[in-house]
Amino acid sequence: MKLLDSTDSGNSSSIERTQYPYVTGTSVIGIKYKDGILMAADMGASYGSTLRYKSVERVKPVGKHSLIGASGEISDFQEILRSLDELILYDNMWDDGNSLGPKEVHNYLTRMMYNRRNKFDPLWNSLVLGGVKNGQKYLGMVSMIGVHFEDNHVATGFGNHLARPILRDEWHENLTFEDGVKLLEKCMRVLLYRDRSAVNKLQIAKITEEGVTVSQPYALKTFWNFNAFQNPTAGAEGSW
Amino acid sequence: LASTMTKQQANWSPYDNNGGTCVAIAGADYCVIAADTRMSTGYSILTRDYSKICKLADKCVMASSGFQADVKALQKVLSARHLIYQHQHNKQMSCPAMGQLLSNTLYYKRFFPYYSFNVLGGLDTEGKGCVYTYDAVGSYERVGYSSQGSGATLITPFLDNQLKSPSPLLLPAKDAVTPLSETEAIDLVKTCFASATERDIYTGDKLEIVVLNADGIRREYMELRKD
Repeated sequence: MKLLDSTDSGNSSSIERTQYPYVTGTSVIGIKYKDGILMAADMGASYGSTLRYKSVERVKPVGKHSLIGASGEISDFQEILRSLDELILYDNMWDDGNSLGPKEVHNYLTRMMYNRRNKFDPLWNSLVLGGVKNGQKYLGMVSMIGVHFEDNHVATGFGNHLARPILRDEWHENLTFEDGVKLLEKCMRVLLYRDRSAVNKLQIAKITEEGVTVSQPYALKTFWNFNAFQNPTAGAEGSW
Repeated sequence: LASTMTKQQANWSPYDNNGGTCVAIAGADYCVIAADTRMSTGYSILTRDYSKICKLADKCVMASSGFQADVKALQKVLSARHLIYQHQHNKQMSCPAMGQLLSNTLYYKRFFPYYSFNVLGGLDTEGKGCVYTYDAVGSYERVGYSSQGSGATLITPFLDNQLKSPSPLLLPAKDAVTPLSETEAIDLVKTCFASATERDIYTGDKLEIVVLNADGIRREYMELRKD
């Protein structure tokens, strides 16, 4: 929907601003573990209430030292990836042996999101940024209006409500890789049960000093065999 | 035709309140600045370990609560301006000077404000404690003590009672800095936050206290209720 400014004389200059998101991804969860960062997100992208796309990679590596996970508008995420690509390219072109670490990338993203918000044209995303550089682990989050922080575990969207409490209870320093994955899967399973925009196809990405690994997509085991679900019409028989 | 010509409504807000409370108390030769470390949004806690306190100059510390992205941007602007000042004048900015700069910076965005509620604490040019308190668009005043943020309504009346501030209407003007000792002031601050944490949902987790005096700058922490 176009917003007409005061200089508009008909159809010439009109300001377009983001009004609402169209194709959106749901939660991303990130945790620090012994060797680095683990990040999980499902591969779904919804178009309103339709689960339109089911193979969207919402966690991507950035440079040598970082991982970015995004929820919210997917087209804005693609735009962000393009900007980050350019950022890393120029960083590499210096060829000075130095490379942007997760702290720097997080700061860049924060400035980008905040400045768009100042122009009333936000990038409609909540981003998780994690990485390791020189043994230092880093995990942070930025929202679409520029609110940012770092912590030992972060989650966007529904993950903030459903996953963070589990993480607050069960996360601890020096989680092994296996325990970290189990913890993330526990959170993703709760989200799968309770978030209607979640799909049962997820990727878990790992970043350590050595590099990035993004897992192949896989599905979580779910359990629906509860007694209350057997004979659902038991208390009120219908025609079928 | 009326249906196509209705004014569009915003469906997102450029502001958010990330909560938290700040307090500053000025003494004869010290200043105590404190803030909790909880960062919230709506009814969720984003993180329990986030500092709202920023050292702007050797003798000048700012604590701000409100919309975190604006707070951070404001701190960045002031730190950058201080660096330029140091390059130009080969000295640190005094607390009163930083006080004026903060006011001007806030008013600069009078028509799209920094949603940031600040208290500035430090030592003035004579080494006495000073506290400046601000609203979101830059009106400020030097006071003996102040509180801003979500718990301010709970803390300010208590400080009024304990610090027996003389009326600003009296002549000659009486100094508002407290006669309390540094340790007594710190204890008072801890009591303020313990009480505010009980009743304000946005205040809690941990208290960060910064003390500025002639010996330099010191930091202290205290656990608060996490519910």
